[in-house]
Amino acid sequence: MTAPSRIRNFSIIAHIDHGKSTLADRLLERTGAISERDMRDQVLDEMDLERERGITIKANAVRIDYDAVSGDRYQFNLIDTPGHVDFSYEVSRSLEACEGAVLVVDASQGVEAQTLANAYMAIEGGLEVIPVVNKIDLPAADPDRAAEELAGVLGGTADEVIRVSAKTGVGIDELLEAIVDRLPPPEGDEDAPLRALVFDSFYDTYRGVVSHVRIVDGSVSTRDQIRFMATGLDVDADELGIRRPATEEVDRLGTGEVGYLITGVKEIDLIRVGDTVTHTSKGTVHALPGYLEPKPMVFSGLFPTDGDDFERLREALDKLRLNDSSLVFQAETSRALGFGFRVGFLGLLHMEIVRERLEREYDLELVATAPSVAYKANLMSGEQVPVRSPQDLPDVSSLAAIEEPYVKVMIITPSEFIGTVMDLVQQRRGEMGEMTYLSPERAELHYRMPLAEIVFDFFDHLKTRTRGYASLDYEPDGYQASDLVRVNILLNGLPVDAFSTIVHRDKAYVYGKAMVGRLRELIPRQLFDVPIQAAIGTRIISRETIKARRKDVTAKCYGGDITRKRKLLERQKEGKRRMKMVGQVEVPQEAFVAALKLET
Amino acid sequence: MSSELEVPTTEYRLPTTLPTTDYGLRTTDYGDEPPDSPTLAEAARRWSSAYVHIPFCARRCPYCDFAVVASDEAGGLDTGRYVDGLIVEIGMEPDPSAVDAINFGGGTPTRLRPDDLARIVGAIESRIGIADGAEISIEANPEDWTIAFARDLREVGFNRVSFGVQSFDPVVLAALGRVHSSRDAERAFDAARRAGFTNVSIDLIYGTPEESDESWRRTVARAIALEPAHLSAYALTVEGGTALSRAVLDGAPGPDPDDQADRYEYLDDALRSAGFVRYEVSNWARPGYSCRYNLSTWMMGEFSAFGTGAHDHRGGVRARNIRRLDTYLDRIESGVRPRAGSECLGEFESERERFMVGLRLASGVAPGSIGGPFVTSDEGHRLLDAAVIDVRDGRVVVLKPLLTDLVARSVLSVSADDC
Repeated sequence: MTAPSRIRNFSIIAHIDHGKSTLADRLLERTGAISERDMRDQVLDEMDLERERGITIKANAVRIDYDAVSGDRYQFNLIDTPGHVDFSYEVSRSLEACEGAVLVVDASQGVEAQTLANAYMAIEGGLEVIPVVNKIDLPAADPDRAAEELAGVLGGTADEVIRVSAKTGVGIDELLEAIVDRLPPPEGDEDAPLRALVFDSFYDTYRGVVSHVRIVDGSVSTRDQIRFMATGLDVDADELGIRRPATEEVDRLGTGEVGYLITGVKEIDLIRVGDTVTHTSKGTVHALPGYLEPKPMVFSGLFPTDGDDFERLREALDKLRLNDSSLVFQAETSRALGFGFRVGFLGLLHMEIVRERLEREYDLELVATAPSVAYKANLMSGEQVPVRSPQDLPDVSSLAAIEEPYVKVMIITPSEFIGTVMDLVQQRRGEMGEMTYLSPERAELHYRMPLAEIVFDFFDHLKTRTRGYASLDYEPDGYQASDLVRVNILLNGLPVDAFSTIVHRDKAYVYGKAMVGRLRELIPRQLFDVPIQAAIGTRIISRETIKARRKDVTAKCYGGDITRKRKLLERQKEGKRRMKMVGQVEVPQEAFVAALKLET
Repeated sequence: MSSELEVPTTEYRLPTTLPTTDYGLRTTDYGDEPPDSPTLAEAARRWSSAYVHIPFCARRCPYCDFAVVASDEAGGLDTGRYVDGLIVEIGMEPDPSAVDAINFGGGTPTRLRPDDLARIVGAIESRIGIADGAEISIEANPEDWTIAFARDLREVGFNRVSFGVQSFDPVVLAALGRVHSSRDAERAFDAARRAGFTNVSIDLIYGTPEESDESWRRTVARAIALEPAHLSAYALTVEGGTALSRAVLDGAPGPDPDDQADRYEYLDDALRSAGFVRYEVSNWARPGYSCRYNLSTWMMGEFSAFGTGAHDHRGGVRARNIRRLDTYLDRIESGVRPRAGSECLGEFESERERFMVGLRLASGVAPGSIGGPFVTSDEGHRLLDAAVIDVRDGRVVVLKPLLTDLVARSVLSVSADDC
């Protein structure tokens, strides 16, 4: 056990690609936590998906012993955090377990919106922030400008900014000393009853639920009887430990320390992230503040291509939920797609990741419907009902109004692109708020916008218009009534719920036309003419026809060609498996995905 | 060596050993049956045939992906050595039973001299046997064909010729890389007739992007005016690895399936009015002139095959030869049959294959064990409802021949457990 005065708990906050994982790798290597032989990139990112996409999805905590220049040994607990806006709630949880944060900015890119949002979150949470400019070795690096920006944002001076290259190791020693000197030690009361914060937990097939905890007051030892205060669950602390990053069991975790706790509990719902752990006897009655449950922002229907896979999909979602409490789902029936689930996600990246994991780890073939935000329908009767799918929208005759979620948006962009960004935001029904210049070259713009307008392809458009330089962050900002309508898509005369969507009335025509045109391209020709229509209520706003297929035959078939011919037909048949029958029409998977990527 | 590749003239030496049988002009023992008759089709199951592949061409056509050696491609061509190889291969045929039809395809079989063709026919006769009244057919390019050549082939025993006319439109012929003119085609046809060939067929290609509706109408009219006994028409298809597919990948227009459907339907109407009967997706004949060799292979009859890249079907085994000419010759000359691989179909697979290939015939296909489960499946019902298939006189018939592959893929959904 280490005295709290010799402990430093901190997170690294950085925008995607600004080098957070590389910096973490370098800190581990420099302090000898990991030998050069065992070194691999992104040591802390364990999921395949994290490595493939170069992102961090789950939080992670690792202990480092650091021998300071003063000759004293310090215990560092580095709590790794995700960088994507979809997972910002994970960041907020991690920050609760820290006294400080290392804020990393790419020397060639400067401050980004999300970094700033997370930095503000850290400052509001009372954390000490060490500003760092990374990648100073790059030819395009402009460390002075990045340092000026950082100082401007944080209200300090440019010479407080540490300049490093996580790649070459320059500046790492200075950073390690700054962590000792500038970050405060934890403040807990060693003699008080145990209070430990569960800041993350995950499910391990062999060990059950493993929780990451931060000891705020007192201490906990193995075999202590402990209580999870929110659920009232009393259990034994079977195992305590830390990660270096290799797992190492310890007998005790003291005030200010960070480690993991295993109790043998198998039900993840019993151990909630944000809960407070205390001792069963002589425990505290004052729980820590805890967290707000993350709210899903985007909903989509997931349907197995093969209807028989419904139960397997349910089991797979149940298993994923063990490690991802933000995932919510309920069974849903679609006329077009059969049985499936309406699933809530934190954002589109989260949605993509969940879908990819379901297909990859659970070998499921899925059709995902057009994502939707959560609307609220105000009825004439005064009642308010949630609308998580266009199908939930009550009949127009009973509707008083439809409310949609709004967000506060922050965009940081080079000044030269301000005009085009404003233009884009206006197209997306954004209301301009404040604008401030971080420097003469870069500006911070604030807007209020409907979530539905940014959640799908806004970021892609923003990147395109600013040649990749703009960054974006947003947070919920309540609901507001809008003139919204449901556009139904009819295939061969039948409405296909998977394609219908709720949009602003001004955009209904453009949406309908684009969707109908796209489907005409994506749906192969059938045995008969297939009309595709877009409609608001009974009014048809757009129509196209997929002409019947007339020719599907190889002209020549020699006796000798029969083997080759059969193999060709078999291959084509395999392709057909990825089709879903919607009424009498065969619809390929891409058509369902297309709804996500519609250019309007 | 290169002199052997020149267009045959009357100066070549006449074959010394001609086949002894006079095959006559009779093309079928079922002369009374219309070309699309189920009786005729079922009879063809019991026929046996032989295919001889002649890979030589003056040049490679841009759409062709067959085993072909063009004389402008690298490597010296020794047609005599190849014919020797073919004769050795014919001698290796293990289980000879007299054939009802022989087809010389390619490539361009008319690149060979009549005496070489005679040696091959003679070898088949002595090793395998040729039934009385057998069809002996050759594919010919109009530019190779002279009256003298035609007469020599008659003497060898050939009684059917199929001309690769492709089109009568010079623009289309140029686009297809063909060297003959529409006049050449008509002259060749006339020469064949004068030499005594009554069973003459014309091959056409439709749907070349350069072709118009009007040009196709003229081609069809000129083909019918020649009064052929038989006509085959193939949609231009972009096969991978051909000059055509490279051009299309580079942005050149490809064939349009709707245009091709229009052309097909026009042709089918015109031929019906002229007294032809469609008996397979791409083949039309006057009564008594269905191609025996083709009918037999579509009905899963047994056939031997000789030459580069040739495929045979004997005793339930499909085998294929090596495609490369030099490797083929090396194998043959070291006394080994030049096989590239073979496939032995199980009971269910061969039944399914019989059914799928039989769908191409206008006579329809006998249901066997697979037809029932197929027409009562969901996909079968959809096809019946859409009038793509029908059940007539106990046979499954494709009513829209241009959708035959679509039907065949649906048949693949039927599993052995369903039968």
